[in-house]
Amino acid sequence: MNTGALLPNSFPFVMSTSLNAWSDALSELYLFGLPLGLVIIAAVPLVFIALYALTYGVYGERKISAFMQDRLGPMEVGAWGILQTLADILKLLQKEDIVNKSADKFLFVIGPGVLFVGSFLAFAVLPFGPAFIGADLNVGLFYAIGIVALEVVGILAAGWGSNNKWALYGAIRSVAQIVSYEIPAAIAILCGAMMAGTLSMQQFNLLQEGPYGFLHFFLFQNPIAWLPFIIYFIASLAETNRAPFDIPEAESELVAGYFTEYTGMKFAVIFLAEYGSMFMVSAIISIVFLGGWNSPLPNVGSLALNDWTNGPVWGAFWIIMKGFFFIFIQMWLRWTLPRLRVDQLMHLCWKVLTPFAFVAFVLIAVWEIYVK
Amino acid sequence: MQELGKSEQSSLRVTPQGKGRVLIEKDLSSEEMVLNMGPQHPSTHGVLRLECKTDGEVVIEAEPYLGYLHRCFEKYAETVDYPGVVPFVDRMDYLASMNNDLAYCIAVEKLLDIEIPRRVEFIRVLVSELNRIASHLVAIGTYAIDLGAFTPFLFCFRDREHLLGLLEWASGARMLYNYILIGGVAEDLPKGFIERTREFVSYFRPKAVELQKLLTENEIFVKRTRGVGMMPADVAINYGWSGPMLRGSGVEWDLRKIDGYSVYPELDFSVCVPDGKFSDIGDSLSRHLVRAMEMEESLKIIEQCLDMMPGEEGFNPRAAIPKRIRPKAGEVYGRAENPRGELGFYIQSDGKSTSPLRCKARSSCFVNLSAMKELSMGQLIPDLVAIIGSIDIVLGEVDR
Repeated sequence: MNTGALLPNSFPFVMSTSLNAWSDALSELYLFGLPLGLVIIAAVPLVFIALYALTYGVYGERKISAFMQDRLGPMEVGAWGILQTLADILKLLQKEDIVNKSADKFLFVIGPGVLFVGSFLAFAVLPFGPAFIGADLNVGLFYAIGIVALEVVGILAAGWGSNNKWALYGAIRSVAQIVSYEIPAAIAILCGAMMAGTLSMQQFNLLQEGPYGFLHFFLFQNPIAWLPFIIYFIASLAETNRAPFDIPEAESELVAGYFTEYTGMKFAVIFLAEYGSMFMVSAIISIVFLGGWNSPLPNVGSLALNDWTNGPVWGAFWIIMKGFFFIFIQMWLRWTLPRLRVDQLMHLCWKVLTPFAFVAFVLIAVWEIYVK
Repeated sequence: MQELGKSEQSSLRVTPQGKGRVLIEKDLSSEEMVLNMGPQHPSTHGVLRLECKTDGEVVIEAEPYLGYLHRCFEKYAETVDYPGVVPFVDRMDYLASMNNDLAYCIAVEKLLDIEIPRRVEFIRVLVSELNRIASHLVAIGTYAIDLGAFTPFLFCFRDREHLLGLLEWASGARMLYNYILIGGVAEDLPKGFIERTREFVSYFRPKAVELQKLLTENEIFVKRTRGVGMMPADVAINYGWSGPMLRGSGVEWDLRKIDGYSVYPELDFSVCVPDGKFSDIGDSLSRHLVRAMEMEESLKIIEQCLDMMPGEEGFNPRAAIPKRIRPKAGEVYGRAENPRGELGFYIQSDGKSTSPLRCKARSSCFVNLSAMKELSMGQLIPDLVAIIGSIDIVLGEVDR
């Protein structure tokens, strides 16, 4: 868990001391001969995800949409309806698990599982603060982009296995959409990787550390960085099937798209995977462009705001806040915009985002080599 | 065009070229799939069922199937007396009950040849225009939800709630009013109704602008609707279209102007026809625009009604209602401009009975929907949804 130990000695970055001290101390924590510290380090992100995605993601979406629409949203269960999601989960657990007769049972059952695993495996490499990271792979970013593509398999299995025409339409649309949008997304992320010179998630954070807070973030380090930033944000909306690109599950067109036939917990798992992906792409965009767990506050004279608000716990706070910020924007867009049509979606991907992503790639490469 | 669409050859690909023309290609096609859309589909606006032949995402042909909400209105009307038909009429186009009542009462009053008090006429126009706004709000809101925008829908319903409150105050019911009766209205307007209606008008004007900014001027919305579901004016007339559908195709046809029933000739309002700058004449966007513009015209009418309505102390709105309705033998066709088009009633009386011998409803939704097959040919599935939404059907009126 000691990121420093994985790197060669000649690595040109200064490691954060607090990072080493914290994670070293924690990883050496043994209880009855069991490596408890290692388990905690890996479990914190996952526990957080489960809590977040299960309760506050769904709750937040319902409340935010309610406030945008002059409604109150859930108000009955708990104060301000805060336990509504738990009640919903209990309800879903009790629901009958229906597998329709003509379905391909194997594909129907593994579909949500693959979807869920594909969405949540990427969390292994997300650093939640200097101390908490499942595995700091040296190809972490590449892994995150790659493993998410597994979702496509799950969606296709779910859509095809349902043996429902609407589900099939949803699955085909979804695969076409996700595979297409991975190209601009990957190129945009590659721009970030070029600025960093590494693919390790933890290194991304360390490189954006500094006394001037947000000025060290890659978004402000390069005059063209806003272009891949916007491209990745738009592409990530499409990759997570969020509005205005929610055509695979377009409820007014395809009933519910690829999960039309799902009930009970299988439906809940698909739902959970969507919220997991939402946080995942939000975390990636904040790590690559907005400093990850680094505090955005700068040191101003004797007010060492940056020093005060950095550290393992602050780190978790900042990355979660940044993630929530992007999730809020995703929800905001969802409840404001109508849905694009299939062909308009493809037009946007191939004729707008991909060429601009290439332009950004070339410009950033030129900047990094000749100017910086 | 329809013959080609019906063809058994599976290698046909039909693509719209605008102005009702289609391009038919023979290559690049896959096996046809029959896709059943509805009656439980979320965007068929009730219980419409479409049987679509699809080639990938392209709908080669969509055949509407009706009758899931058939309640034998016309046969029932023969078994009850003339005033007893009014509640049935309410349940036809349940989003615009006031307008339905008005159309029916106009027909019967024409048959009876009776004089209506002036205040009653104003009350009728006032409540039908309030109901027209409510109906257009539902049409616009559900159209937004068909295209994936959820928030405008709820904004529309929030504003409609105020209208329903007003109409409930006047009639006692929120949806199926049974308020306009033959020869009068059920009750006089309650005290303070006029002031509250004025308040609503001043509340709603900025909300309509907000709705326009949120939805109509949205780039994605325009992209989804402009040029989709083109209907040239001549074809629209041949299909018998009326109301916002026909006006969307650029024909200035409004029964409130053409027939000039009730007190409409005294009121100042214009017939909304899109100018073709923001939309292509005859597309789904034009039909949406007509509805959006008509809300403003209705507000104008409401304001004028409030100003011009003769106030009378102790007015009895039931004074002119005939004690026993038994028209002399004959037939009549009375019609009125509903939010969805021309709603007409053909009523035949044998001169002996107190119930109609025959009561035929000319339903605007049914006639508008008849063009579905032509409109849907060669469209994508998302466009099909956009077209159904722009027709703004109420299945209660289609099936009756």
